[in-house]
Amino acid sequence: MLEVINVVFHGAAFGMVLYVITVGLSITMGLMRFANLAHGMFAMVGGYALIVSMGRYGVPYPAALGLAFVASCLMGYVLERLLYSRFYGDSELAQVLISIGLIFVAIALVRMVFGPQSQRVDLPSYLQGQWHIFGLDWIAYRVFIIVVGALLILALWFGIERTRWGAKVRAAVDNRAMAQSIGIDTSRIFSLTFMLGSGLAGLGGALGVELLAVQPGYPFEFLVIFLMVVALGGIGSLRGTFFAALLIGLADTACKYWIPELGSFLLYGLVIVFLGLRPGGLFGAQT
Amino acid sequence: MRFFKRILSIAAVVSVAVAGTAAAETIKIGLITSSSGQGTFLGEQMIQAAQLYMNQNKDRLPAGTDVKLIVRDDGGPNPDKARQLAQELIVREKVDFLTGFIWSPNAAAVAPLSTEAKVPTLLMNAGASINITLSPYFVRFSMGTSTAPFYLGKWAGARFKTSYIAVTDYGPGFDSEKYFELGFKENAGAEVVGRVRMPINTADFVPYLQKVKELKPDVLFVFVPTGRIGVNFVKAFNDLGLAKQGIKLVGTGDITADEELPSLGDAALGLLTVHHYSGAAERQATKDFNAAWAAAYGKDSIPSFAAPQAWDTMDAIYEAIIAQEGKVESDESMEILRNYKSDKSPRGTISIDPKTRDIRQNEYLREVRKVEGRLANVEIEIVGQQVLDPWVEQNSK
Repeated sequence: MLEVINVVFHGAAFGMVLYVITVGLSITMGLMRFANLAHGMFAMVGGYALIVSMGRYGVPYPAALGLAFVASCLMGYVLERLLYSRFYGDSELAQVLISIGLIFVAIALVRMVFGPQSQRVDLPSYLQGQWHIFGLDWIAYRVFIIVVGALLILALWFGIERTRWGAKVRAAVDNRAMAQSIGIDTSRIFSLTFMLGSGLAGLGGALGVELLAVQPGYPFEFLVIFLMVVALGGIGSLRGTFFAALLIGLADTACKYWIPELGSFLLYGLVIVFLGLRPGGLFGAQT
Repeated sequence: MRFFKRILSIAAVVSVAVAGTAAAETIKIGLITSSSGQGTFLGEQMIQAAQLYMNQNKDRLPAGTDVKLIVRDDGGPNPDKARQLAQELIVREKVDFLTGFIWSPNAAAVAPLSTEAKVPTLLMNAGASINITLSPYFVRFSMGTSTAPFYLGKWAGARFKTSYIAVTDYGPGFDSEKYFELGFKENAGAEVVGRVRMPINTADFVPYLQKVKELKPDVLFVFVPTGRIGVNFVKAFNDLGLAKQGIKLVGTGDITADEELPSLGDAALGLLTVHHYSGAAERQATKDFNAAWAAAYGKDSIPSFAAPQAWDTMDAIYEAIIAQEGKVESDESMEILRNYKSDKSPRGTISIDPKTRDIRQNEYLREVRKVEGRLANVEIEIVGQQVLDPWVEQNSK
């Protein structure tokens, strides 16, 4: 029983980080049909923003998280206007090439400024060590991640399901042409959503600095797992992305704990089998 | 600032190269390392150390002799690329010595070329134990990966009853697992209670360590590649409170690499590791080396173990050049290299074992302590006195 609790706890923390990072990717892919492989770049920028603002300028942790969100929001907005928006509707090959190219540029820039080594930052003392609750040890930082992740999920759910803007986003995901024809400014929706998605990725990258190490190779190293979450969840589905992130977080942790001999093989294998049976993912449109 | 220093150091190579062409006798050294891709940090330090050595020892060369360093980038673990670069250096540049090699597979791919062209090839890293046996023209100035785990195991087995072994799932990880266990079990009653091989791209070690927490061994041995992976591992170890449970974490120097200590922070205090080099050593040669490094590359640049390895390699090449008065011949160079000895290495006394062409050096037990406000690997005991890689020793008979 104790083992199961531990696996669920660690897996949930990892899943939350994955969710916050990938939810933006899933929405933008659903909304704009744009395969933005460079999404991890925004998470990396968030990570570096946190590390630089805390390490060099002594910004307190919560403010640094906010800064990471704002920094990647801005970057997302600028890149969307200048670059991405020109490739909407282009072939997938063009989209993949442009986003892979962006990753290379980002890696080179980051390496030049910060060097090839991974960066670390000391978390505030209240998030270090363990909390002893219900007779068990809980790593404080992971509890924090789960709580923040849960709050974000609520906020996103409310934003998408209960607000006017959310209704427009859902309409545009379902049928862009129809949404446009009834007067929804889809181009503005795209920009805002892309910005928000990038910002969330940045926040996720900052939140997960201790789980996904921040170093120049970041956008490539974690690309596969991000894409797995999106594919498994179903493109454009908030709910699907959440369950997929949680599932992958749990499966990854459980594999490491109970059957480390198999490495990540089991995880990849399960995803392949699942997508073979349901190509649209957990909650995506089944085509 | 660092960027400009790099430009300056590149300018220095170029000037060395230009000066080289004017002299009567030019010895060419081909250096294959990783200045892009994985291993960049170590690769750059190799180049920096080699240049530093050349700048400091210009006057020792025989009159009319010049040394030209030709640097090539293999872009990480990439055997085919390394072999192609080596071929180019041998055929087109006609190098007298080949050196460098962060990655063992890259060195292995070059071995047949070294043998065929009879080019003395000095390994500045490439620690896989078996590597040294691949060509009679290989000489290793770094270390064999079985060495530190074996002597650490021996030391730990005398003090702890039960151990758990966690290694990265690749060649050097298997060497480390096997030789730690061999060393550990040389002590009667010492027992390995569990083991795990972790994928090389693991960033989060908590799930693996959760298992260790439940098994409660006396000592946990870890081997991971040098760099950030070690930082993450130590972090997870502390997060789970394993130290408080009385589990002692020990490892090779890779988990407390000198250059990573600042990012480990106080979490590293008290960690015990075995390694062949620490920049915090009290030896005069180490202090001189650090001072020269700081003068050339700034105080914030911390030399990793790759730097002294490259430094010693260059010293051996210079020794061969000087002994032959500038007219190097490959078999004679090999004869000098395989008998190389030095007590002025930044890592203490070292020598090449004439029979196996592998390095003999001390393995130090170090503890992370605060020295003058900075974290340092303080050498507290020599656990292997002038030892050879145990795998190489067993397989040389």
